[in-house]
Amino acid sequence: MINTKDILETINMVKEENLDIRTVTMGISLLDCASDDPVKAAQRVYDKVTRCAGRLVPVALQIEKEYGIPIINKRVSVTPVSLIGGRYTSEDYIRFAQALDRAADTLGINFIGGYGALVQKGMTNADKALIDSIPEALAETGKVCSSVNVASTKAGINMDAVALMGKIIKKTAYLTRDKDCIGCAKFVVFSNVPEDNPFMAGAFHGTGEAECVINVGVSGPGVVSSAIERAGDCDFSELAETVKRTAFKITRMGQLVAREASKRLGVPFGIVDLSLAPTPAVGDSVARILEDMGLETCGGCGTTAALALLNDAVKKGGVMASSQVGGLSGAFIPVSEDAGMIEAASSGALSIEKLEAMTAVCSVGLDMIAVPGDTTEDVISALIADEISIGVANTKTTAVRVIPAYGKKAGDSVSFGGLLGQAPVMKISTVSPARFIARGGRIPAPIHSLKN
Amino acid sequence: MKAVITVVGRDSVGIIAKVSTLCTEYHANIVDISQSVLSEYFAMIMVVDIDSLTVPFTSFVDVLAALGKNTGLDVRTMHEDVFNSMHRI
Repeated sequence: MINTKDILETINMVKEENLDIRTVTMGISLLDCASDDPVKAAQRVYDKVTRCAGRLVPVALQIEKEYGIPIINKRVSVTPVSLIGGRYTSEDYIRFAQALDRAADTLGINFIGGYGALVQKGMTNADKALIDSIPEALAETGKVCSSVNVASTKAGINMDAVALMGKIIKKTAYLTRDKDCIGCAKFVVFSNVPEDNPFMAGAFHGTGEAECVINVGVSGPGVVSSAIERAGDCDFSELAETVKRTAFKITRMGQLVAREASKRLGVPFGIVDLSLAPTPAVGDSVARILEDMGLETCGGCGTTAALALLNDAVKKGGVMASSQVGGLSGAFIPVSEDAGMIEAASSGALSIEKLEAMTAVCSVGLDMIAVPGDTTEDVISALIADEISIGVANTKTTAVRVIPAYGKKAGDSVSFGGLLGQAPVMKISTVSPARFIARGGRIPAPIHSLKN
Repeated sequence: MKAVITVVGRDSVGIIAKVSTLCTEYHANIVDISQSVLSEYFAMIMVVDIDSLTVPFTSFVDVLAALGKNTGLDVRTMHEDVFNSMHRI
Protein backbone atom coordinates (compact mmCIF):
# COMPACT_ATOMS: atom_id res chain seq x y z
CA MET A 1 0.00 0.00 0.00
CA ILE A 2 1.24 3.42 -0.87
CA ASN A 3 1.72 5.70 2.10
CA THR A 4 -0.97 8.39 2.54
CA LYS A 5 1.66 11.01 3.33
CA ASP A 6 3.51 10.23 0.09
CA ILE A 7 0.30 10.49 -1.93
CA LEU A 8 -0.55 13.86 -0.46
CA GLU A 9 3.02 15.10 -0.94
CA THR A 10 2.97 14.23 -4.65
CA ILE A 11 -0.45 15.77 -5.18
CA ASN A 12 0.60 18.91 -3.37
CA MET A 13 3.68 19.19 -5.59
CA VAL A 14 1.51 19.13 -8.71
CA LYS A 15 -1.36 21.22 -7.41
CA GLU A 16 0.32 23.88 -5.31
CA GLU A 17 3.99 23.86 -6.24
CA ASN A 18 3.83 23.74 -10.05
CA LEU A 19 5.60 20.41 -10.46
CA ASP A 20 5.58 19.60 -14.12
CA ILE A 21 7.55 18.00 -16.87
CA ARG A 22 8.81 20.95 -18.85
CA THR A 23 9.29 19.13 -22.08
CA VAL A 24 9.27 15.84 -23.88
CA THR A 25 11.59 16.41 -26.82
CA MET A 26 12.01 14.00 -29.68
CA GLY A 27 15.40 14.15 -31.38
CA ILE A 28 15.31 13.23 -35.06
CA SER A 29 18.28 12.77 -37.37
CA LEU A 30 17.92 14.58 -40.70
CA LEU A 31 21.14 13.25 -42.18
CA ASP A 32 19.23 11.09 -44.65
CA CYS A 33 17.22 14.07 -45.96
CA ALA A 34 20.10 15.62 -47.90
CA SER A 35 19.55 16.26 -51.59
CA ASP A 36 21.03 18.31 -54.46
CA ASP A 37 17.68 19.96 -54.82
CA PRO A 38 16.76 22.19 -51.84
CA VAL A 39 13.02 21.92 -52.59
CA LYS A 40 13.23 18.15 -52.49
CA ALA A 41 15.36 18.21 -49.33
CA ALA A 42 12.92 20.54 -47.55
CA GLN A 43 10.07 18.21 -48.47
CA ARG A 44 12.03 15.23 -47.13
CA VAL A 45 12.64 17.12 -43.89
CA TYR A 46 8.93 17.85 -43.54
CA ASP A 47 8.00 14.25 -44.32
CA LYS A 48 10.53 12.73 -41.95
CA VAL A 49 9.75 15.01 -39.01
CA THR A 50 5.99 14.55 -39.35
CA ARG A 51 6.40 10.81 -39.77
CA CYS A 52 8.74 10.24 -36.80
CA ALA A 53 6.96 12.61 -34.42
CA GLY A 54 3.44 11.93 -35.65
CA ARG A 55 2.33 10.43 -32.34
CA LEU A 56 4.41 12.61 -30.03
CA VAL A 57 1.65 14.99 -28.97
CA PRO A 58 -1.16 12.41 -28.49
CA VAL A 59 1.16 10.10 -26.53
CA ALA A 60 2.38 12.97 -24.32
CA LEU A 61 -1.23 14.00 -23.66
CA GLN A 62 -2.12 10.44 -22.77
CA ILE A 63 0.77 10.13 -20.31
CA GLU A 64 -0.13 13.50 -18.84
CA LYS A 65 -3.66 12.33 -18.17
CA GLU A 66 -2.82 8.87 -16.83
CA TYR A 67 -0.15 10.04 -14.44
CA GLY A 68 -1.70 13.39 -13.60
CA ILE A 69 1.61 15.19 -14.21
CA PRO A 70 1.40 18.16 -16.56
CA ILE A 71 3.71 18.01 -19.58
CA ILE A 72 4.05 21.64 -20.55
CA ASN A 73 5.80 21.42 -23.91
CA LYS A 74 6.17 18.86 -26.65
CA ARG A 75 9.13 19.60 -28.88
CA VAL A 76 11.28 18.22 -31.65
CA SER A 77 15.01 18.71 -32.14
CA VAL A 78 16.76 17.92 -35.39
CA THR A 79 20.29 17.53 -36.75
CA PRO A 80 21.98 20.94 -37.10
CA VAL A 81 20.59 22.01 -40.45
CA SER A 82 23.93 23.31 -41.75
CA LEU A 83 25.14 19.69 -41.86
CA ILE A 84 22.60 18.64 -44.45
CA GLY A 85 22.64 21.74 -46.63
CA GLY A 86 25.95 21.29 -48.42
CA ARG A 87 26.07 23.86 -51.19
CA TYR A 88 22.84 25.67 -50.44
CA THR A 89 22.48 29.43 -50.37
CA SER A 90 20.91 31.36 -47.49
CA GLU A 91 17.62 31.49 -49.44
CA ASP A 92 17.65 27.70 -49.74
CA TYR A 93 18.16 27.35 -46.00
CA ILE A 94 15.15 29.54 -45.29
CA ARG A 95 13.11 26.95 -47.15
CA PHE A 96 14.29 24.41 -44.56
CA ALA A 97 13.21 26.70 -41.73
CA GLN A 98 9.78 27.01 -43.32
CA ALA A 99 9.54 23.23 -43.76
CA LEU A 100 10.42 22.75 -40.08
CA ASP A 101 7.85 25.36 -39.07
CA ARG A 102 5.15 23.71 -41.17
CA ALA A 103 6.04 20.34 -39.64
CA ALA A 104 5.76 21.86 -36.15
CA ASP A 105 2.31 23.23 -36.99
CA THR A 106 1.16 19.92 -38.42
CA LEU A 107 2.33 18.05 -35.34
CA GLY A 108 0.92 20.61 -32.89
CA ILE A 109 4.25 20.84 -31.02
CA ASN A 110 5.45 23.98 -29.25
CA PHE A 111 8.95 24.38 -30.69
CA ILE A 112 11.31 22.77 -33.14
CA GLY A 113 15.05 23.27 -32.64
CA GLY A 114 18.16 22.56 -34.63
CA TYR A 115 18.25 25.35 -37.17
CA GLY A 116 21.89 25.94 -36.42
CA ALA A 117 25.55 25.22 -36.88
CA LEU A 118 28.57 24.00 -34.92
CA VAL A 119 31.43 26.37 -35.67
CA GLN A 120 33.64 26.17 -32.58
CA LYS A 121 36.79 25.79 -34.64
CA GLY A 122 35.87 27.14 -38.04
CA MET A 123 33.04 27.81 -40.41
CA THR A 124 32.30 25.85 -43.58
CA ASN A 125 30.58 27.60 -46.47
CA ALA A 126 27.41 25.80 -45.50
CA ASP A 127 27.70 27.04 -41.90
CA LYS A 128 28.21 30.60 -43.12
CA ALA A 129 25.23 30.47 -45.47
CA LEU A 130 23.02 29.08 -42.72
CA ILE A 131 24.15 31.61 -40.12
CA ASP A 132 23.51 34.45 -42.58
CA SER A 133 19.96 33.16 -43.02
CA ILE A 134 19.13 33.02 -39.30
CA PRO A 135 17.56 36.50 -38.94
CA GLU A 136 15.17 36.01 -41.87
CA ALA A 137 14.46 32.40 -40.88
CA LEU A 138 13.48 33.43 -37.35
CA ALA A 139 11.44 36.37 -38.59
CA GLU A 140 9.51 34.26 -41.08
CA THR A 141 8.75 31.31 -38.81
CA GLY A 142 6.98 30.97 -35.48
CA LYS A 143 8.24 27.80 -33.83
CA VAL A 144 11.73 27.33 -35.21
CA CYS A 145 14.59 27.79 -32.75
CA SER A 146 18.19 28.33 -33.68
CA SER A 147 21.53 27.87 -31.97
CA VAL A 148 25.18 28.27 -32.90
CA ASN A 149 28.06 26.74 -30.97
CA VAL A 150 30.98 29.14 -31.23
CA ALA A 151 33.44 27.61 -28.78
CA SER A 152 34.51 24.54 -26.87
CA THR A 153 37.14 23.77 -24.28
CA LYS A 154 38.84 21.51 -26.83
CA ALA A 155 38.77 23.95 -29.75
CA GLY A 156 38.96 27.37 -28.13
CA ILE A 157 36.77 30.29 -29.18
CA ASN A 158 36.00 31.05 -32.80
CA MET A 159 36.11 34.83 -32.53
CA ASP A 160 35.15 35.31 -36.19
CA ALA A 161 31.90 33.56 -35.36
CA VAL A 162 31.52 35.57 -32.15
CA ALA A 163 31.93 38.81 -34.14
CA LEU A 164 29.31 37.59 -36.61
CA MET A 165 26.86 36.73 -33.80
CA GLY A 166 26.61 40.39 -32.76
CA LYS A 167 25.48 41.29 -36.28
CA ILE A 168 23.07 38.34 -36.52
CA ILE A 169 21.43 39.17 -33.19
CA LYS A 170 21.02 42.86 -34.07
CA LYS A 171 19.53 41.98 -37.44
CA THR A 172 17.18 39.42 -35.90
CA ALA A 173 16.00 42.04 -33.41
CA TYR A 174 15.41 44.53 -36.23
CA LEU A 175 13.46 42.08 -38.39
CA THR A 176 11.19 41.14 -35.50
CA ARG A 177 10.99 44.67 -34.02
CA ASP A 178 7.18 44.76 -34.34
CA LYS A 179 6.94 41.76 -32.00
CA ASP A 180 9.28 43.02 -29.26
CA CYS A 181 12.25 41.43 -31.09
CA ILE A 182 10.98 37.93 -30.33
CA GLY A 183 13.34 36.43 -32.92
CA CYS A 184 16.20 36.92 -30.46
CA ALA A 185 14.34 34.85 -27.84
CA LYS A 186 14.57 31.92 -30.25
CA PHE A 187 18.30 32.20 -30.88
CA VAL A 188 21.11 31.18 -28.56
CA VAL A 189 24.90 31.22 -28.84
CA PHE A 190 26.72 28.40 -27.04
CA SER A 191 30.06 27.15 -25.84
CA ASN A 192 30.46 23.41 -25.13
CA VAL A 193 26.95 22.78 -26.38
CA PRO A 194 25.42 19.43 -25.31
CA GLU A 195 24.06 17.34 -28.17
CA ASP A 196 21.07 15.94 -26.32
CA ASN A 197 19.59 18.99 -24.64
CA PRO A 198 15.77 18.97 -24.68
CA PHE A 199 15.41 22.65 -23.75
CA MET A 200 14.88 25.46 -26.22
CA ALA A 201 16.20 27.51 -27.86
CA GLY A 202 19.33 25.35 -27.82
CA ALA A 203 17.94 21.88 -28.51
CA PHE A 204 19.35 20.00 -31.47
CA HIS A 205 19.97 16.37 -32.32
CA GLY A 206 23.72 15.75 -32.24
CA THR A 207 25.65 13.80 -34.83
CA GLY A 208 26.60 11.16 -32.27
CA GLU A 209 22.95 10.43 -31.54
CA ALA A 210 20.74 7.59 -32.77
CA GLU A 211 18.20 7.95 -35.56
CA CYS A 212 15.47 9.07 -33.16
CA VAL A 213 15.44 9.48 -29.35
CA ILE A 214 13.28 10.79 -26.54
CA ASN A 215 14.79 13.30 -24.12
CA VAL A 216 12.91 14.75 -21.18
CA GLY A 217 13.44 17.99 -19.31
CA VAL A 218 12.07 18.26 -15.79
CA SER A 219 11.13 21.41 -13.96
CA GLY A 220 10.05 22.16 -10.41
CA PRO A 221 11.58 25.29 -8.83
CA GLY A 222 8.35 25.71 -6.85
CA VAL A 223 8.76 22.29 -5.23
CA VAL A 224 12.35 23.07 -4.18
CA SER A 225 11.32 26.48 -2.91
CA SER A 226 8.55 25.02 -0.71
CA ALA A 227 10.86 22.32 0.63
CA ILE A 228 13.42 24.96 1.66
CA GLU A 229 10.70 27.01 3.28
CA ARG A 230 9.57 23.99 5.28
CA ALA A 231 13.16 23.20 6.30
CA GLY A 232 13.32 26.56 8.10
CA ASP A 233 16.58 27.99 9.46
CA CYS A 234 18.67 24.85 9.14
CA ASP A 235 22.41 24.86 8.42
CA PHE A 236 23.88 24.46 4.93
CA SER A 237 24.41 20.70 5.11
CA GLU A 238 20.76 20.19 5.87
CA LEU A 239 19.77 22.75 3.25
CA ALA A 240 21.75 20.89 0.58
CA GLU A 241 20.23 17.61 1.78
CA THR A 242 16.71 19.05 1.46
CA VAL A 243 17.38 20.18 -2.11
CA LYS A 244 18.91 16.81 -2.99
CA ARG A 245 15.93 14.85 -1.70
CA THR A 246 13.51 17.11 -3.56
CA ALA A 247 15.53 16.95 -6.79
CA PHE A 248 15.49 13.18 -6.53
CA LYS A 249 11.71 13.09 -6.38
CA ILE A 250 11.28 15.57 -9.23
CA THR A 251 13.69 13.64 -11.41
CA ARG A 252 11.94 10.34 -10.73
CA MET A 253 8.90 11.89 -12.40
CA GLY A 254 11.01 12.81 -15.38
CA GLN A 255 12.44 9.32 -15.57
CA LEU A 256 8.97 7.76 -15.39
CA VAL A 257 7.62 10.00 -18.14
CA ALA A 258 10.71 9.46 -20.30
CA ARG A 259 10.48 5.69 -19.94
CA GLU A 260 6.78 5.62 -20.73
CA ALA A 261 7.09 7.99 -23.70
CA SER A 262 9.94 5.95 -25.09
CA LYS A 263 8.01 2.70 -24.67
CA ARG A 264 4.77 3.99 -26.17
CA LEU A 265 6.44 5.72 -29.10
CA GLY A 266 8.82 2.84 -29.77
CA VAL A 267 11.75 5.24 -29.71
CA PRO A 268 14.87 4.78 -27.53
CA PHE A 269 15.10 6.78 -24.32
CA GLY A 270 17.94 9.29 -24.49
CA ILE A 271 18.40 11.29 -21.33
CA VAL A 272 16.65 13.13 -18.53
CA ASP A 273 17.86 16.70 -18.18
CA LEU A 274 18.01 17.60 -14.50
CA SER A 275 17.39 21.27 -14.92
CA LEU A 276 15.39 23.51 -12.65
CA ALA A 277 13.54 25.50 -15.28
CA PRO A 278 11.49 28.44 -14.04
CA THR A 279 8.36 29.88 -15.63
CA PRO A 280 6.90 33.36 -15.24
CA ALA A 281 4.12 31.85 -13.06
CA VAL A 282 4.06 32.82 -9.40
CA GLY A 283 5.76 30.15 -7.30
CA ASP A 284 7.87 28.75 -10.13
CA SER A 285 10.98 30.85 -9.77
CA VAL A 286 14.67 29.98 -9.24
CA ALA A 287 15.28 33.49 -7.85
CA ARG A 288 12.73 32.79 -5.12
CA ILE A 289 14.65 29.65 -4.10
CA LEU A 290 17.76 31.77 -3.55
CA GLU A 291 15.67 34.23 -1.55
CA ASP A 292 14.16 31.36 0.47
CA MET A 293 17.72 30.41 1.37
CA GLY A 294 18.02 33.74 3.12
CA LEU A 295 18.91 36.44 0.60
CA GLU A 296 16.88 39.62 0.73
CA THR A 297 16.79 39.83 -3.05
CA CYS A 298 18.31 37.73 -5.79
CA GLY A 299 21.29 39.63 -7.21
CA GLY A 300 22.81 40.77 -3.93
CA CYS A 301 26.04 39.46 -2.40
CA GLY A 302 25.65 35.77 -1.57
CA THR A 303 23.65 35.04 -4.72
CA THR A 304 26.45 33.16 -6.47
CA ALA A 305 27.14 31.00 -3.40
CA ALA A 306 23.45 30.19 -2.97
CA LEU A 307 23.14 29.29 -6.64
CA ALA A 308 26.27 27.11 -6.52
CA LEU A 309 24.81 25.16 -3.60
CA LEU A 310 21.46 24.79 -5.37
CA ASN A 311 23.00 23.69 -8.66
CA ASP A 312 25.22 21.09 -7.05
CA ALA A 313 22.51 19.66 -4.82
CA VAL A 314 20.06 19.40 -7.74
CA LYS A 315 22.59 17.33 -9.69
CA LYS A 316 23.48 15.11 -6.75
CA GLY A 317 19.84 14.39 -6.02
CA GLY A 318 18.82 13.97 -9.63
CA VAL A 319 21.63 11.80 -10.85
CA MET A 320 20.57 8.77 -8.81
CA ALA A 321 16.96 9.16 -9.87
CA SER A 322 17.61 8.64 -13.56
CA SER A 323 19.37 5.93 -15.50
CA GLN A 324 20.73 8.39 -18.06
CA VAL A 325 21.39 12.02 -17.31
CA GLY A 326 22.44 14.57 -19.88
CA GLY A 327 21.57 17.83 -21.57
CA LEU A 328 22.23 20.97 -19.60
CA SER A 329 21.37 19.60 -16.13
CA GLY A 330 21.56 22.53 -13.75
CA ALA A 331 19.54 25.49 -12.55
CA PHE A 332 18.46 27.92 -15.27
CA ILE A 333 18.45 31.65 -14.70
CA PRO A 334 16.53 33.13 -17.64
CA VAL A 335 15.56 36.62 -16.57
CA SER A 336 12.34 37.03 -18.56
CA GLU A 337 11.03 33.59 -17.61
CA ASP A 338 11.41 33.94 -13.86
CA ALA A 339 9.10 36.17 -11.81
CA GLY A 340 11.76 36.66 -9.10
CA MET A 341 14.48 37.54 -11.61
CA ILE A 342 12.17 39.99 -13.39
CA GLU A 343 11.46 41.73 -10.10
CA ALA A 344 15.12 41.78 -9.05
CA ALA A 345 16.25 43.12 -12.43
CA SER A 346 13.47 45.75 -12.52
CA SER A 347 14.38 47.03 -9.08
CA GLY A 348 18.06 47.24 -10.02
CA ALA A 349 19.13 44.60 -7.49
CA LEU A 350 20.21 42.22 -10.25
CA SER A 351 22.72 43.44 -12.84
CA ILE A 352 24.10 41.81 -15.98
CA GLU A 353 27.51 41.65 -14.29
CA LYS A 354 26.06 39.65 -11.39
CA LEU A 355 24.21 37.37 -13.79
CA GLU A 356 27.52 36.72 -15.55
CA ALA A 357 29.12 35.70 -12.25
CA MET A 358 26.16 33.43 -11.50
CA THR A 359 26.59 31.61 -14.79
CA ALA A 360 30.01 30.40 -13.65
CA VAL A 361 28.29 28.09 -11.17
CA CYS A 362 25.09 27.03 -12.95
CA SER A 363 23.73 26.23 -16.34
CA VAL A 364 23.27 27.88 -18.72
CA GLY A 365 24.28 31.48 -19.18
CA LEU A 366 23.12 35.00 -19.86
CA ASP A 367 19.64 33.91 -20.73
CA MET A 368 16.68 35.95 -21.92
CA ILE A 369 18.24 39.28 -21.08
CA ALA A 370 16.96 42.41 -22.79
CA VAL A 371 19.44 45.23 -23.36
CA PRO A 372 18.85 48.70 -24.88
CA GLY A 373 18.10 48.71 -28.60
CA ASP A 374 21.06 50.96 -29.38
CA THR A 375 23.58 48.47 -27.94
CA THR A 376 26.19 48.05 -30.67
CA GLU A 377 27.03 44.81 -32.46
CA ASP A 378 30.51 44.95 -30.95
CA VAL A 379 29.21 45.20 -27.40
CA ILE A 380 26.92 42.22 -27.98
CA SER A 381 29.78 40.21 -29.48
CA ALA A 382 32.00 41.13 -26.54
CA LEU A 383 29.27 40.17 -24.08
CA ILE A 384 29.10 36.81 -25.84
CA ALA A 385 32.91 36.48 -25.75
CA ASP A 386 32.93 37.07 -21.98
CA GLU A 387 30.23 34.54 -21.28
CA ILE A 388 31.66 31.96 -23.65
CA SER A 389 35.10 32.35 -22.00
CA ILE A 390 33.57 31.30 -18.69
CA GLY A 391 32.33 28.11 -20.33
CA VAL A 392 35.57 27.34 -22.14
CA ALA A 393 37.79 27.98 -19.12
CA ASN A 394 35.57 25.95 -16.78
CA THR A 395 34.79 23.09 -19.17
CA LYS A 396 31.09 23.73 -18.93
CA THR A 397 28.25 24.81 -21.15
CA THR A 398 27.52 28.51 -21.25
CA ALA A 399 25.21 30.38 -23.55
CA VAL A 400 23.94 33.81 -24.44
CA ARG A 401 20.36 34.60 -25.39
CA VAL A 402 20.23 38.36 -25.45
CA ILE A 403 17.55 40.65 -26.87
CA PRO A 404 18.65 44.12 -28.03
CA ALA A 405 15.18 45.61 -27.68
CA TYR A 406 14.69 47.78 -30.75
CA GLY A 407 13.77 51.37 -29.91
CA LYS A 408 13.85 50.74 -26.16
CA LYS A 409 16.14 51.93 -23.41
CA ALA A 410 17.08 50.73 -19.93
CA GLY A 411 14.01 50.67 -17.69
CA ASP A 412 11.56 49.80 -20.49
CA SER A 413 10.42 46.24 -20.94
CA VAL A 414 9.65 43.72 -23.66
CA SER A 415 6.97 41.05 -23.51
CA PHE A 416 6.89 37.75 -25.40
CA GLY A 417 4.04 35.96 -23.66
CA GLY A 418 3.78 32.32 -22.67
CA LEU A 419 6.83 30.59 -21.27
CA LEU A 420 9.14 33.25 -22.70
CA GLY A 421 7.67 35.83 -20.33
CA GLN A 422 8.68 39.48 -20.18
CA ALA A 423 12.04 41.10 -19.71
CA PRO A 424 13.00 44.44 -18.20
CA VAL A 425 15.55 46.18 -20.45
CA MET A 426 18.79 46.12 -18.43
CA LYS A 427 21.68 48.54 -18.38
CA ILE A 428 24.80 47.35 -20.13
CA SER A 429 28.29 48.88 -20.37
CA THR A 430 28.63 50.92 -23.57
CA VAL A 431 32.43 51.19 -23.46
CA SER A 432 33.63 50.12 -26.90
CA PRO A 433 35.29 46.71 -27.39
CA ALA A 434 35.37 47.32 -31.19
CA ARG A 435 39.15 46.94 -31.63
CA PHE A 436 39.18 43.75 -29.59
CA ILE A 437 36.35 42.14 -31.54
CA ALA A 438 37.79 43.25 -34.91
CA ARG A 439 40.95 41.17 -34.40
CA GLY A 440 39.23 37.99 -35.60
CA GLY A 441 40.73 34.52 -35.54
CA ARG A 442 40.57 32.07 -32.66
CA ILE A 443 41.26 32.32 -28.96
CA PRO A 444 43.31 29.17 -28.30
CA ALA A 445 41.95 26.34 -26.20
CA PRO A 446 42.94 26.51 -22.53
CA ILE A 447 45.85 24.39 -21.31
CA HIS A 448 43.61 22.06 -19.33
CA SER A 449 41.94 20.96 -22.56
CA LEU A 450 45.05 18.86 -23.21
CA LYS A 451 44.01 15.90 -21.16
CA ASN A 452 45.39 13.00 -23.16
CA MET B 1 -2.50 -2.14 -11.93
CA LYS B 2 -3.86 0.33 -9.46
CA ALA B 3 -4.81 3.98 -9.48
CA VAL B 4 -5.16 6.48 -6.67
CA ILE B 5 -8.25 8.69 -6.52
CA THR B 6 -8.03 11.70 -4.22
CA VAL B 7 -10.96 13.92 -3.38
CA VAL B 8 -10.54 17.18 -1.53
CA GLY B 9 -13.18 19.82 -0.89
CA ARG B 10 -16.01 21.09 1.24
CA ASP B 11 -17.78 18.26 3.05
CA SER B 12 -21.25 17.29 1.87
CA VAL B 13 -23.57 14.30 1.93
CA GLY B 14 -22.68 11.33 -0.26
CA ILE B 15 -19.21 12.12 -1.59
CA ILE B 16 -17.91 8.60 -1.07
CA ALA B 17 -21.14 7.20 -2.50
CA LYS B 18 -20.78 9.23 -5.68
CA VAL B 19 -17.18 8.18 -6.26
CA SER B 20 -17.80 4.53 -5.44
CA THR B 21 -20.88 4.44 -7.69
CA LEU B 22 -18.67 5.49 -10.60
CA CYS B 23 -16.08 2.89 -9.60
CA THR B 24 -18.74 0.18 -9.69
CA GLU B 25 -20.13 1.42 -12.98
CA TYR B 26 -16.71 1.24 -14.66
CA HIS B 27 -15.50 -1.89 -12.84
CA ALA B 28 -12.79 -0.28 -10.76
CA ASN B 29 -12.42 -2.45 -7.67
CA ILE B 30 -11.87 -0.45 -4.48
CA VAL B 31 -8.95 -2.01 -2.58
CA ASP B 32 -8.33 0.63 0.05
CA ILE B 33 -9.93 3.79 1.27
CA SER B 34 -9.10 6.39 3.88
CA GLN B 35 -10.93 9.58 4.61
CA SER B 36 -10.90 12.38 7.11
CA VAL B 37 -12.93 15.50 7.75
CA LEU B 38 -11.09 18.45 9.18
CA SER B 39 -13.35 21.41 10.09
CA GLU B 40 -15.62 21.49 7.05
CA TYR B 41 -13.07 19.98 4.70
CA PHE B 42 -13.23 16.50 3.37
CA ALA B 43 -10.20 14.56 2.15
CA MET B 44 -10.36 11.05 0.79
CA ILE B 45 -7.78 8.77 -0.73
CA MET B 46 -9.06 5.71 -2.52
CA VAL B 47 -6.91 3.03 -4.14
CA VAL B 48 -8.66 1.14 -6.92
CA ASP B 49 -7.71 -1.82 -9.06
CA ILE B 50 -8.04 -0.81 -12.72
CA ASP B 51 -7.27 -4.11 -14.43
CA SER B 52 -10.90 -4.79 -15.36
CA LEU B 53 -11.96 -1.25 -16.27
CA THR B 54 -14.66 -1.25 -18.93
CA VAL B 55 -13.26 1.91 -20.54
CA PRO B 56 -9.69 3.12 -21.22
CA PHE B 57 -8.05 4.52 -18.09
CA THR B 58 -7.89 8.04 -19.56
CA SER B 59 -11.69 8.02 -20.02
CA PHE B 60 -12.13 6.92 -16.40
CA VAL B 61 -9.92 9.88 -15.37
CA ASP B 62 -12.20 12.18 -17.37
CA VAL B 63 -15.36 10.77 -15.79
CA LEU B 64 -14.04 11.38 -12.28
CA ALA B 65 -12.76 14.83 -13.19
CA ALA B 66 -16.24 15.67 -14.49
CA LEU B 67 -17.73 14.51 -11.20
CA GLY B 68 -15.33 16.84 -9.41
CA LYS B 69 -16.35 19.72 -11.61
CA ASN B 70 -20.07 19.14 -11.07
CA THR B 71 -19.77 18.83 -7.32
CA GLY B 72 -17.17 21.56 -6.72
CA LEU B 73 -14.61 19.07 -5.40
CA ASP B 74 -11.03 18.55 -6.49
CA VAL B 75 -10.97 14.97 -7.78
CA ARG B 76 -7.70 13.61 -9.12
CA THR B 77 -7.03 10.16 -10.48
CA MET B 78 -3.43 9.15 -10.96
CA HIS B 79 -1.73 5.91 -11.90
CA GLU B 80 0.03 4.29 -8.92
CA ASP B 81 3.35 4.29 -10.80
CA VAL B 82 3.67 8.01 -10.11
CA PHE B 83 3.77 7.45 -6.37
CA ASN B 84 5.84 4.30 -6.56
CA SER B 85 8.52 5.87 -8.69
CA MET B 86 8.67 9.08 -6.67
CA HIS B 87 8.75 7.56 -3.20
CA ARG B 88 10.36 4.15 -3.64
CA ILE B 89 13.83 3.27 -4.77
